Amino acid sequence: MSDPGIREAVEGLVTPESTLAPIVPPEGGDVRVVSSGWKLALSEFAQNKLALVAVFVIVLFILFSFLGPVVHHTNQTVFNPLQTDLAPGAGHPLGTDQHGFDELGQLMKGGQTALEIGFFASVIATVIGTLFGAVAGLIGGLVDGLMMRFVDVLLSIPILFIVLIVATKYNGTIWTLSLILGLFTWLVPARLVRGEVLTLRVRDFVSAARVMGAGKPRLVFRHLIPNALSVVIVNITFQVADSILLLAYLGFLGFGLSYPSTSWGDMLGNAQQNVSSGYWWLVYPVGACLVLVVLASNVIGDALRDAVDVRLRRR
Amino acid sequence: MIGYTIRRLIVALIVTIGIAAITFAILHFLEPSPASVVLGTKARPATIAAWNKQHGYDRPEVVQFWSYLKQLSHFDFGYSYKLNQSVNSLFAENAGRTAYLSGASLVLSLLIAIPLGIYQAVKRNSVADYSLSALNLTLYSMPSFFLGIILIQFFALDWHILPPEVSSNVTTTWGAITHPEQMALPILTLTFITVASFSRYMRSSALDNLAQDYIRLARAKGLSERAVLFRHLLRNASLPMITLVGLSIPSLLAGNLLIEYLFNYPGLGLLFYNALGTSDYNILLAYTILGGMLTVVGNLIADIAITAADPRIRLS
Repeated sequence: MSDPGIREAVEGLVTPESTLAPIVPPEGGDVRVVSSGWKLALSEFAQNKLALVAVFVIVLFILFSFLGPVVHHTNQTVFNPLQTDLAPGAGHPLGTDQHGFDELGQLMKGGQTALEIGFFASVIATVIGTLFGAVAGLIGGLVDGLMMRFVDVLLSIPILFIVLIVATKYNGTIWTLSLILGLFTWLVPARLVRGEVLTLRVRDFVSAARVMGAGKPRLVFRHLIPNALSVVIVNITFQVADSILLLAYLGFLGFGLSYPSTSWGDMLGNAQQNVSSGYWWLVYPVGACLVLVVLASNVIGDALRDAVDVRLRRR
Repeated sequence: MIGYTIRRLIVALIVTIGIAAITFAILHFLEPSPASVVLGTKARPATIAAWNKQHGYDRPEVVQFWSYLKQLSHFDFGYSYKLNQSVNSLFAENAGRTAYLSGASLVLSLLIAIPLGIYQAVKRNSVADYSLSALNLTLYSMPSFFLGIILIQFFALDWHILPPEVSSNVTTTWGAITHPEQMALPILTLTFITVASFSRYMRSSALDNLAQDYIRLARAKGLSERAVLFRHLLRNASLPMITLVGLSIPSLLAGNLLIEYLFNYPGLGLLFYNALGTSDYNILLAYTILGGMLTVVGNLIADIAITAADPRIRLS
C-alpha cells in the first residue's frame, strides 16, 4: 500500500492495523528496512557529480566511435597520396593524416579499438584473476602460498617489457592484443580477490554453506565470488584505463594494430614525426581523446570505490 | 633485523630465479633459437642446425635454462649476436645514462611531490587543492609520450628554449650530466608523470597525519605553523613515500623506455627497443630480468629503509 490515494480509500472501510495491535519492535533494538547494498552504492555514486560527468564522457565516446562512422562517411582503406597532411577544412573537419585518411574518421576507428581492447582485455584479466584468486584463497595453505608467489614473481617483471616482447611476435589484431594484454594484467585482480576471499571464507554464511554440503566449486561460484564482486567491479574500471594506456604505449612504439586497423597510440606514434612540421591536428585531438577516456575511467573507478566503501560501512 | 634481511634476501633470490624462468620460458616459446635472426631468413636448415648445435640451442630447454642460470650467477648476461658484443658491455655502456635519467627525475619528483602533497593537505578542499588534484589526475591519465610531445612543441618548437631531442653528441653519462639543456625535457617529462602519482599518495598521507594527536599537541604547545609542518608533519607524512618509491620501479623503467625512445636518448630503454626490432634475444631476456631484479631489490631496500626511518615498524 504505497500509493497514498489507495491508503485513504481503504482507511474508511477497515480498521487501520495500528489500532488493532501495536507493533512491538523485536528485541535487540530498532529494526528498519535496509535497502540493498548495491542500491546504496548506486545512490552514493549518483550523488558524485564528477563521476556522472565521467560516465557521460564514456558514453559519448562509445557513441562517437561506433555511431560516428555512420554519420561521417570517410575513406579509411585506400591511401590517397594527393590529400596527405591537409589542414582542417571543408570535408575534413580535422584534416587528413600522412596517408590521406580523414583524421576524424581515424579518431573514430582508433576509439573503437581502444574501447574494444580496453573492454576485452580487462574482462579476460578479471575472469582469470578472479578465478585464480578465489581458488588460492579458498584452498589456502601451501597451494595458496605457491600460487601467490607465482603472482609475486610475475608482478615484479615490468609489464610493458614482457607485453612488448610478446606483441612483436604476433600480428596486431583486436583479439591478439586483447589476449596479450589480458594475459599479463590479471595479477592485481587475483591479489584483490584472494584478499577478499580470505576474509570471507571464515564468515558464518560460508561455514553454513559448507555444512550444508556445498562443494568447492559451489562455494567459489555461488558464495565467494558474488561477495567479492564489489572489489572486482571497482578494479575493472581501473583495468580498462590501464589497458587503454598500455595499448597506446604499444601503438606509439610501433607494435600496435596493423593496417587497416588503427589505435590512438599508433596515430600518435606516426604523428610524432610530424610535430616539427606543425601538423597540430594530427597530435592534439588524438592525445585529448586518449587522456579524456583514461581520465574518465579513472574518475569512475575512484567514485565506485568510494561508493562501495559506503556500502561496506553501512552494512 | 639481520635474520629478517637474510630471509628476505633468500626470498629475493628465489623470486629472481622465478623471474628468469618465466621470461626465459616466454622467449623460448616465442622463438626457440636466435639462429634465423643471426643467419638470415634464407639460411639452410642444415646451417641453422649446425649453428644451434654450436651455440647450445639444440639442448632441451631445461638444460639451456640451467646453463643460463649458471651464467647469471656470474652476472654474465650472455652475448648479443646482432651487435656482436657481450650484453654486459652494452649494459655497462648504457646503464649510467639510464640511471641518470631515472635517478634525476625520481629525486626531482620527490622534491616536488612531497611539498605539493603537504600543501594540498593543508589547503584541503580549497580551489587550489581542487585544481591541483585535477591537474594531477589528468597527468596521471596521460601517456608520458604525449606529455613529452606537448613539452617538445612548446619548449623546443615554439619558444626555442630547449632542443627537441637529445643531441647525438651526448654519448657518455658525464656528457649527459654536463649538458643539462639537452637533458631538461626528458627529465622534466618523466618528473611530471611521476609527480602525478606520488603527490596523490603524499596528499592522503599528509591528511591522515594532520588529523593525529601529535600535530594537535604541536599546535597546542604554541609551535609556529611552519615548525609544525616542517619539523613534525614532513617527516611522518613522507614515510609512505619510501615504500612507494620501491613499488614504482617497474613503472619508472617503463616510463624510461618511452622517454628514451621519444627523445632518442641512448640508454637501456632504447637498447631494449632496438633489440625488439632485431629480435636480439639476449638483450630482451637480460633487460627484462634486470628490471625484475631491480624491482625485487628496490622493494627490499624500501622495506629495510622504512624500519630504519620509522622505529615503530618492526619487521618479522
